[in-house]
Amino acid sequence: MSDKRYRIAIIGSGPGGLSAATRAAEKGISHVLLEAESHISNTIFRYQKGKHVMAEPRILPLRSPIAFDAGKREEVLEVWQQGVEQHKVNLQSNAEVVAITGEKGAFEIELKNGGKVQAEHVVLGIGVQGNPRMLGVPGEDETIAQYTLDDPDEYEDEHIIVVGGGDAGIENALALCASNTVYMINRGMEFPHAKEANNAAIMAKIEKGEIECFFGADSVSIDKLADDAAQKAELVLNTPEGEARVPCDRIIVRCGAIPPRPFIESCGIVFPSEDRAAVPELSEQYETNVPGIYIIGALGGYPLIKQCMNQGYEVIEYIDGVAVEPADEPLLQAKFDKIKNKPSVSQGLKAIKKQVPLFSGLTTLQLRETMLESDIQVPTTGEYIFRKNDYTNSFYSIVAGSVYIEIDDDDPEKVIELQQGQFFGEMSLLSGRRRSATIRAASNCILIETPRRLMNKLIESVESVKRTIDEAFIVRTLQTRFAQNTPTEDLMKVAKTAKLISYKAGEELFHEGDEAESFHVIRKGSVTISRQIGEHEVVMSYLPAGNYVGEMGLMGKSRRSATVRAATSTETIELDADAFNFLLEHDPVLKGKVETEYKQRLSKNMMMQQQGGGGIISFLVSQGVGEATDVLLIDESLCVRCDNCEKACAETHDGTSRLDREAGPTYASIHVPTSCRHCEHPHCMKDCPPDAIKRAPDGEVFVGDNCIGCGNCQRNCPYGVIQMAVKPPKKPGLIAWLLFGVGPGPGRASRIDVAKDPDAIKKAVKCDMCKDLPGGAACVRACPTGAALRIKPDQLPGYAGKV
Amino acid sequence: MHQSILNYRGSRYLWWSLLLCIGAIVAYVIDEPAMPPNGGTALGYTLGTMSALLILWLMWFGIRKRRYRSRVGTVVGWLSAHVYLGLSLVILATLHTGFQFGWNVHTLAYVLMMIVIISGIYGVYCYLHFPTLMTDNRGESAPDSLLRQIQEIDRQALSIASEISDETHEKVLNSIRRSSAGGGVLKILFGRHKKSNLEGLVKEARVEQKSLDDRDVDSTMAFMASRIAHNKEDSGELLRQLTDLLIGQKEKLLSQLRRDLQFKAYMDLWLYIHVPLTFALLAALITHIVSVFFYW
Repeated sequence: MSDKRYRIAIIGSGPGGLSAATRAAEKGISHVLLEAESHISNTIFRYQKGKHVMAEPRILPLRSPIAFDAGKREEVLEVWQQGVEQHKVNLQSNAEVVAITGEKGAFEIELKNGGKVQAEHVVLGIGVQGNPRMLGVPGEDETIAQYTLDDPDEYEDEHIIVVGGGDAGIENALALCASNTVYMINRGMEFPHAKEANNAAIMAKIEKGEIECFFGADSVSIDKLADDAAQKAELVLNTPEGEARVPCDRIIVRCGAIPPRPFIESCGIVFPSEDRAAVPELSEQYETNVPGIYIIGALGGYPLIKQCMNQGYEVIEYIDGVAVEPADEPLLQAKFDKIKNKPSVSQGLKAIKKQVPLFSGLTTLQLRETMLESDIQVPTTGEYIFRKNDYTNSFYSIVAGSVYIEIDDDDPEKVIELQQGQFFGEMSLLSGRRRSATIRAASNCILIETPRRLMNKLIESVESVKRTIDEAFIVRTLQTRFAQNTPTEDLMKVAKTAKLISYKAGEELFHEGDEAESFHVIRKGSVTISRQIGEHEVVMSYLPAGNYVGEMGLMGKSRRSATVRAATSTETIELDADAFNFLLEHDPVLKGKVETEYKQRLSKNMMMQQQGGGGIISFLVSQGVGEATDVLLIDESLCVRCDNCEKACAETHDGTSRLDREAGPTYASIHVPTSCRHCEHPHCMKDCPPDAIKRAPDGEVFVGDNCIGCGNCQRNCPYGVIQMAVKPPKKPGLIAWLLFGVGPGPGRASRIDVAKDPDAIKKAVKCDMCKDLPGGAACVRACPTGAALRIKPDQLPGYAGKV
Repeated sequence: MHQSILNYRGSRYLWWSLLLCIGAIVAYVIDEPAMPPNGGTALGYTLGTMSALLILWLMWFGIRKRRYRSRVGTVVGWLSAHVYLGLSLVILATLHTGFQFGWNVHTLAYVLMMIVIISGIYGVYCYLHFPTLMTDNRGESAPDSLLRQIQEIDRQALSIASEISDETHEKVLNSIRRSSAGGGVLKILFGRHKKSNLEGLVKEARVEQKSLDDRDVDSTMAFMASRIAHNKEDSGELLRQLTDLLIGQKEKLLSQLRRDLQFKAYMDLWLYIHVPLTFALLAALITHIVSVFFYW
């Protein structure tokens, strides 16, 4: 390696890094592009063959010396490769960076291959995928070990060892075992991190002896075998039964990736919180807290290709001292133009920082991003922002003017006023449930509506935002749910003693017979209430978020009369007995109300115990109904298996049925088909790069047109209800089919054979609860026998009691 | 919560239908036409027109069922109405005839209608009777479909067989090809399936079978048992696994699947009478209506 000092070293040749490097080359700035792999853009390189790469968001202009347009993976990479050659980018492949030391003007970058690179500035564009974790045993090299599996069908009649008991390892082993002898090496004694379906599938294979699994095993070394041996090498293992030697042709190591964070931190860059989703704080010029080190792309929280490329271009300009206007400036300006005096972007951002305390802790870059995805609203006086029981979950901040919260359903004039600088909408954001009150605009109101995903990201990465929202949530929950007549100052005192507690699915809030010391308001998730009857724990009832538990113990007896368990990942606000009694003493109305609810619940529980509906609740909760907002249930004693539900779904949704009637378990004639539960906190929304998955006002979780077909949602859904599908051609009408047999019949879509049509674009499809059909869900409306119905979690106890 | 077609919305269409029937009967009783009651009296024409329109509406169910975007009621509501109002035709159309039957196209239309109604009643019985039997037949909840489970077993059996010998592999493959479920209507209903289990192997095994003590043992089982007993190599354990898969698990699943298809067939079969005869009825009805104009 040369000792030459470059002006800019760019690490990672993804879209951001490439764009930066080509821009630097174009400007004649001395630079080097360091890539750990032997090819450029590893993340995209590893996409499956022929995958369509999309160019969202469409409205964002591209600013980069290399071209990018939506197209096949091969075409995109080809164009970039050409760009690198054309601009004579100084690319160093196989140059994995292990450390960055020094300071602005004199950084030293240490490479894994022993080389060193000197640079004045460093641009990090390494993405969030991280490098695959290796086995780290003697004998491990590329002739025998690999860290990805592109096409399982490439291998036949080989002895293959898959190391790692996560989803990736299990899926590889399952795919390979059809035509190979497969061994699995798992450190643990089971597969706790795998999805339910993968866990069941791999355990079945192991039980049947089709895959041999070494549990509790550690790899010791890889010993090469002689050329005339049947297999290439032996993996030596340390197992609970002693040493084992497994002969193999290939070892696939799926032990996850080393997240880039420790490396980033080793460079001195600070993350604002321990949260996994946290991103480092950046200046408006993408500079980190370490002067001279810049972060662009997914690592800085911008996952879309076009964003990365624009930032790559801009960061080079900034380093070069050119103050370019960010590519998104016109988009932001358009938003601010809605305000009467049309402030410039910088004026607008400054005003927001000043007037909304919640956002004052954000960096300008964070605020820019927030505003880019948010919407500025200027409602007229009296206009409704949202109504009680809407299912929206965006978050609002008041920049100017004020809004009214209607607190009495019957009298819209009974209101609480929220002033400039305050915020609302956090209840639905956090609980995933319907709006708890109607909000209407007072005069001269300017609002920022921030979408759920972005708000969650801010809560996770900006500590002050999280703290402020949590405090407000507790006070407002107490205020709206119980203590409407208690003065806010008193509530603030109570709120100080309240604790936010998280529970995993299945974890106990408290146990039957425990001393009653506190009570809980469920803020997120749901719980089951059960009692020990004989040898069994029998579920009596089910409570979704927004309800409270534990008041029975505090009011009547001192011991818990039942066990309360989280049905899904749950968060509660815990109040101790003193705080609870303080609230009751100060509010006689509340006392009466709680007593009435207490009696009602007692009699409900007794009824449930008599009717034995608890079994159904347990079953449904085990099927994910605990986190559902709406679930399709089929009474098999009425279902004639005509599949008209599936046909109706396919016919109303581009030919692909989003439900599988037959699949899924059955308990006491109640069948839970494979269909979307419209979860309160949808797993599918978690990691959607274009934020294409949304929740409609009536609660439907749906995939928007801007889906880029990445498949993250399909992988994240624990219920397997999302498919990647191609839109089929139009079919002839029903009458033509009935009379003349033209075209495929109802529900039988002529599917495009994707193998034959490599250009077919696959996008995620899932149940949207027929939100665009006026009559409601087609599956239920098309059921000829009344077997299919949809229920919401609040109806669950009633449903279980009647079946 | 779940409502069947019979008690949909408190059986509202039952009451509609009863009202219609009682109204027709009362009208028939108090009506004193100049001629003996028949389709040609004022009441006769009224009842006839009502019945004909009702038939057309009942037939429209076939369209409505497939109009998945329709907002006109729900399909279960339509079917509930279809059942109850269809039944009311028995009264309406019979009163329309004035109990005058003969060997003519008019009575043909009436008879066809009655057959359609009776097949419909049987259909309702099937719809209420077989679903529970189907669920019971499935036994404990299996997340995978029966077919997928069988395919899975076949795959396993083949991979075990190939470890034993090429000969066994081929025979197991043959057995898999032979094992059938579904097929023609008669086959499904009466369960006439070829013995799927290794018939090729069974023949070969006959000789060896004699040497076995237990005469009652199924021939395939006997073959497998004998292979295990006479096995020279180490494949005894594999053969045992193969036996367990093909004879134990697969046969159970196959018979479950066949019963499943059988029940499904019962629920479909009546439609093969109900629907074509409805069209025959329509033809007869048109002839009936056109021909009565010649009486004028």
